[in-house]
Amino acid sequence: MKGKSPPLLRVLCIILFAFMYGPLLVLIAFSFTPTEYGIGWEGFTLKWYQEVFTNNNILNALNVSLMVAIPCVLISTAIGTLTAFIIYRSRFFGRGLFQGILYIPLIMPDLVMGVTLLLLFTFIGLSLGIMTILFAHVSFSIPLATLVIIGRMQRIDRRLEEAAMDLGADEWTTMRKVTLPLLMPGILAAALLVFPWSFNDFVITYFVSGVGSSTLPIRVYSMIRLGVSPMVNALGTLIVVVPLILVVFGMLMEKRRV
Amino acid sequence: MLSPAALWLLLFTLIPIGVAVYYSFLTRGPWGTIVYEFTFDSYRQVLDPLFLEIFARSLKLAMLTVAACLVGGYAVAYWIALYGGRHKNLLLFLVILPFWTSPLVRVYSWMIILSDHGLVNTFLGTTGLIDSPVPLLHNETAVLIGLIYTYVPFMILPLYASLERLDRSVLEAASDLGATATERFFKITLPLTKGGMLAGSVLVFAPAIGEFIIPELLGGAKGMMIGKFISLKFLGLRHWPLGSAYSLLLLTMVLLLLYLYMRAGGGKEAFQERQ
Repeated sequence: MKGKSPPLLRVLCIILFAFMYGPLLVLIAFSFTPTEYGIGWEGFTLKWYQEVFTNNNILNALNVSLMVAIPCVLISTAIGTLTAFIIYRSRFFGRGLFQGILYIPLIMPDLVMGVTLLLLFTFIGLSLGIMTILFAHVSFSIPLATLVIIGRMQRIDRRLEEAAMDLGADEWTTMRKVTLPLLMPGILAAALLVFPWSFNDFVITYFVSGVGSSTLPIRVYSMIRLGVSPMVNALGTLIVVVPLILVVFGMLMEKRRV
Repeated sequence: MLSPAALWLLLFTLIPIGVAVYYSFLTRGPWGTIVYEFTFDSYRQVLDPLFLEIFARSLKLAMLTVAACLVGGYAVAYWIALYGGRHKNLLLFLVILPFWTSPLVRVYSWMIILSDHGLVNTFLGTTGLIDSPVPLLHNETAVLIGLIYTYVPFMILPLYASLERLDRSVLEAASDLGATATERFFKITLPLTKGGMLAGSVLVFAPAIGEFIIPELLGGAKGMMIGKFISLKFLGLRHWPLGSAYSLLLLTMVLLLLYLYMRAGGGKEAFQERQ
């Protein structure tokens, strides 16, 4: 089945890749345009980026986003690792049910998750803020982290652990010195996935963030409501490009480790 | 077994659904307050013609999205799996990359293209093809474009996985027995990758039907979908009982779809591909 691909198929694929990446390239291109309204091709400017970096609302929002995303990564990878162990290594009554429930946050429409959490927080009288956003983000991050870590766990050679035990290591030492290091790439991959998901989440955050606790996507959204502008383009470019650079960097690092 | 994950999911996933069930049986008082009085009113309003119209449109748009993603996604997955060669990993990476980017910003980028002063209208204006901007935003087509754009990677990945698993020797055997390329594709490749097609369809349909950002930014009144409708019930009209009932309806539908899919034996595939 080797050889040249049918021309029609190739054209279709090129169109689809252009469709997938074109809009982002347009966004990036127009973040450098000097015209305030509409779209112009003349000139090149960095002034919108300058405006982004000197806008206090944006910097505050970035701060809130990081204050949510970083704890979220730590909590959900820790719980995810533990959960992966429980699911993969032990057999217990209701394991299937537990796994099913674990998938619910992934399957649930984001909107429903946001709305039901809003109802819960209102019902118990918890005021909306960074805390409620963090609770919400950890909820959808735990299943994500667990899935990624289980994926890695399935590839671990069990004989390495058995060898450690045969050589006299107790269960705790084996886990700490053998299993966890082997699992590390999976845990890192989970963190690399959870961070942008938390950082970029809009829909769920939209419902559970209070007045003073706008994350970056919420801030972007309220700017978009005012209309298309080169400043939003610049901010949008940064939001898309910076995490991607981190992810690509992280992946290259991981590749070098293995 | 009371692990932290179980506890967390109980507190922040299951109990909230329970609270929504509770609210859905209450009534809305004046100025959006809640009246603590048990009633089925919210569920009766599910038959409201406006809701049914929006529900039908959401269903239609989600199904069109699945269909378009199936065709486009199959082409890309097929191309990568069979002709990707040494670029295979790079191409797959390009498919996955959008998962790490902000969905909000990606949908916004379509506003730059489609708005009245956007790329397309400016281009058509400078070439003199049009005198005044053509309204491209705030309609069903714009929403459909946004949906396909956002969800096509969800289709490509499971399709790619099932194409990779396809036993090539079966195709060679068919070829030796005289089957043409078209016959091989329709009689062997397509049926053998049914699992991937089904998994991809579920992964696209489930989030697409409840989508919120896309109808919010690209839809306007003409492109209203159930997700935006529900959010209006909560944040606009503050009719929480009705909003709860509609959310539960949406959730039930998605879970039911998933249940049927799992029963058909597809569960493993969908989840493995998401990793």
